[in-house]
Amino acid sequence: MNAPAAGFIGQPVRRREDYRFLTGNGQYTDDITLQGQTYAYFLRSPYAHARIRSIDTAAAKAAPGVVDVFTGADTASVGGLPCGWLITSVDGTPMKEPKHPLLAEEKVRHVGDQLAVVIAETLQQAKDAAALIEVDYEELPPVVDPAAARSAGSAVHDIAEDNVCYTWAVGDRAATDAAFSGAHHVTKLEFRNNRLIPNAIEPRAANAVYSRSDESYTVYVANQNPHVERLLMAAFVLGIPEHKLRVVAPDVGGGFGSKIFLYAEETVLVWASKKVNRPIKWTAERSESFLADAHGRDHVTTAELAMDQDGRFVGMRVHTTANLGAYLSTFASSVPTILYATLLAGQYTTPSIFCEVTGVFTNTAPVDAYRGAGRPEATYVVERLVETAAREMKLDPAEIRRRNFIRSFPYPTPVGLTYDTGDYEAHLARAIELADVAGFAARKAESAGKGLLRGMGYSCYIEACGLAPSNIAGALGARAGLFEAGEVRVHPTGKVTVFTGSHSHGQGHETTFAQVVADKLGIPLEDIDIVHGDTGKILFGMGTYGSRSIAVGGTAIVKAVDKVIAKGRKIAAHLLEAADTDIEFEQGVFKVAGTDKEVPFAQVALTAYVPHNYPLDKLEPGLNENAFYDPTNFTYPAGSYVCEVEIDPETGVVRVDRFTAVDDFGNVINPMIVEGQVHGGLAQGLGQALLEHGVYDSESGQLLTGSYMDYAMPRADDLPSFTVETIKGTPCTHNPLGVKGCGEAGAIGSPPALINAVVDALAHLGVREVPMPATPHVVWNVIRGAGR
Amino acid sequence: MDLSSQQALPVTPQQAWDALNDIELLRRSIPGCESITATGEDSFDVLVAAAIGPVKAKFKGKLRLLDVVAPTSYTMQFDGQGGAAGFGKGTAKVSLSPIAEGGTMLDYAVHAQVGGKIAQVGSRLVDMAAQKMAGEFFENFRKVLEEKYPPAVEAVEAAPPAAAPAAVAAPGFFARLWAALRRLFGGGN
Repeated sequence: MNAPAAGFIGQPVRRREDYRFLTGNGQYTDDITLQGQTYAYFLRSPYAHARIRSIDTAAAKAAPGVVDVFTGADTASVGGLPCGWLITSVDGTPMKEPKHPLLAEEKVRHVGDQLAVVIAETLQQAKDAAALIEVDYEELPPVVDPAAARSAGSAVHDIAEDNVCYTWAVGDRAATDAAFSGAHHVTKLEFRNNRLIPNAIEPRAANAVYSRSDESYTVYVANQNPHVERLLMAAFVLGIPEHKLRVVAPDVGGGFGSKIFLYAEETVLVWASKKVNRPIKWTAERSESFLADAHGRDHVTTAELAMDQDGRFVGMRVHTTANLGAYLSTFASSVPTILYATLLAGQYTTPSIFCEVTGVFTNTAPVDAYRGAGRPEATYVVERLVETAAREMKLDPAEIRRRNFIRSFPYPTPVGLTYDTGDYEAHLARAIELADVAGFAARKAESAGKGLLRGMGYSCYIEACGLAPSNIAGALGARAGLFEAGEVRVHPTGKVTVFTGSHSHGQGHETTFAQVVADKLGIPLEDIDIVHGDTGKILFGMGTYGSRSIAVGGTAIVKAVDKVIAKGRKIAAHLLEAADTDIEFEQGVFKVAGTDKEVPFAQVALTAYVPHNYPLDKLEPGLNENAFYDPTNFTYPAGSYVCEVEIDPETGVVRVDRFTAVDDFGNVINPMIVEGQVHGGLAQGLGQALLEHGVYDSESGQLLTGSYMDYAMPRADDLPSFTVETIKGTPCTHNPLGVKGCGEAGAIGSPPALINAVVDALAHLGVREVPMPATPHVVWNVIRGAGR
Repeated sequence: MDLSSQQALPVTPQQAWDALNDIELLRRSIPGCESITATGEDSFDVLVAAAIGPVKAKFKGKLRLLDVVAPTSYTMQFDGQGGAAGFGKGTAKVSLSPIAEGGTMLDYAVHAQVGGKIAQVGSRLVDMAAQKMAGEFFENFRKVLEEKYPPAVEAVEAAPPAAAPAAVAAPGFFARLWAALRRLFGGGN
């Protein structure tokens, strides 16, 4: 495909990867079967909290087909799984970091905690043998509820007797308290951000193999950031030289954050692959995923907003207890702190904000980043408060937002970020227009005629994406850099292979990144391949999460392309017998400015590899460049969402009648992919608000929502046809593409819009708060309890 | 999970008590029970194959009899490990009392807890599975009692769980007819 006149950027180019996905030709980890393949099965704890008195694996080891069986006693000598972010408590002490063992050692700490692995010739033999393992457990009382964890009287880890991992805070407490004491009105809410269980279509999987010939390991794994996986696994856990471990993340069927982390299972596989000297494959069963993938959210929060008599925000105070689960997962500590509290300014000029977060251990699955990671929780706090404040101040919910919008940029917030650009009025105005807010009263009356209650809710979200400036992240406790790497390899014929550290598992990088490179080099899309997901091919990478791929990974590629062009200019100058400074590059052609002398890109590439006529005294042959890009700031996508619901008061059923999303993502590379990302995000956000809820039994610690019988994922008929528009927004000021990222926006902005709409529909009954998820049972109970 | 009900037995309280302490008789009555081995006074090892919803497993468990008041009541404490499938544990309080018309009324109250895969994928099926197992146990138990004490005793029909009044039937023909009808309509199975 040759470039349209305006270039590929901004065009809705169809995703090039979809052909293989839609025709069943994707290559996922489980599709890879190696010579001499064996299969692993993990024995998991049925108890939430128990001491392991003994494990007897003798019968399992003797069972047919069994290659070997390992327990925590075997893996105890290697390191635990590391946590990538050190959070320091307000008293200056570092967070409690108990060992996160590969296989449980003296205790099991949540239902599904892995305590043995059986490796056998077939999966069925591994499972049968696992049934022969005898474990003598001494049951201990479990801690489940984060709000009660401190006083539970039972410690998940000995080093945290009160189950507190850290108590962290951001903002000026004294100034905030002063703002509250002088306030005209304070709006206060208490709520829980419900626990979510990620459900990618492809479950986690790994296949690890050791090669004695060169003492190297290869692991194929369903993962979002193979280089980080390699670094953590090799250097921090197993002590393998980094160059002797190759991590390949082939096609990956969805991640949503749950595949960012270094998990025990794949680490055990790599470790054991040398022990048994056979390749070992493990693919999670769906019920295992429910128990052993890192969950999301699970905050208990008290939030207050102080206002003056005009509804201008003067202060915000937030106290959150965040459930971290039984162990610190890879980014767990940063999600309810750095990624959460720093977003509490929202789109508003609130001058003082104070937020304190207590992270607690419980006997539940580890909790970590899940689509939005802290930012949906922050947006929920801000937008529920703002909407409730509007009602209490008898102000229109759009008007109270307008009165408080940030209007001059750059804007430093009281919680540590500096927004570079934005135009919140623009997307709010457009959302109000598209959602036909003017016609709401008539629609409400029509619903009332049918005995139904109609409500409308807003949500004006902001997020911090493009993680992250390494120096800022480092100052906040990150134990890694957060740059991205890219390499542009121009072949002798002028065809191009681009290597990126940003992994694609549904985001469409193979199309979007190619659009960028095609425009920059002025060559057809077909001449460009995008390669990702293999530490053996790609020089480095920090992976895909936090809506960072185009903003950080895309920029690294642009920087590498710029180097290619710069070198090409020198080669062209030699060929055209002109000065470097007189060479222009446009539409794939190097030209001497102001003349008709020119040489096409492909000929420059050929000259670089066949340097018969070449400035060898000044320039190396070849045309292959790489670049690392570390951003100077986060990017700040923002938008305005309007949700309209209709509720049947007899049944409590909430029907989402219409949902309007207007986003400012800065410049957009591929509007079709962006729209798809927003649709997916909205479905996940509305899933949280309407249906999904991970529930543990408070007494036994058993996961009550451990299958699709009890955990409700949104289906097409739960959702309306979304109205989605990306406005010609405010380009990011600090990356060359002017892009901000779009992957998480829908999941961040939509939950409060829906709950605001549900509360609006029920407000005449005196309802102030409706907990998530707003299932028929919950809403029916709220209606029945109203006014009592 | 809590389950309580009562069951009329066609034997005297002493005979019922003896039966409840007869390992072989219990083994034949407990659905899926492969073995019961006494390990001490009032404590036993049991091996039971059970299916709860989609989860099938062999449970190795321990049974202990507590608060034994012969011949009227005891509490059975059980704790079974199903390996990868999970566990089940709890107590069953059992008491016997004579029925005016003859026979014995057995009252039971079970408090049980399951964990692991059973709780995860079968939690909503546990109550039904437990009721079904209880029904099967008493059906079996009544049969072995009828075999052991055939003619002399006045047969009393088992009541369905959930405390319907005990159906008292005449011995012999009527009892067999009633049992056949119940089988035909699926009751008690």
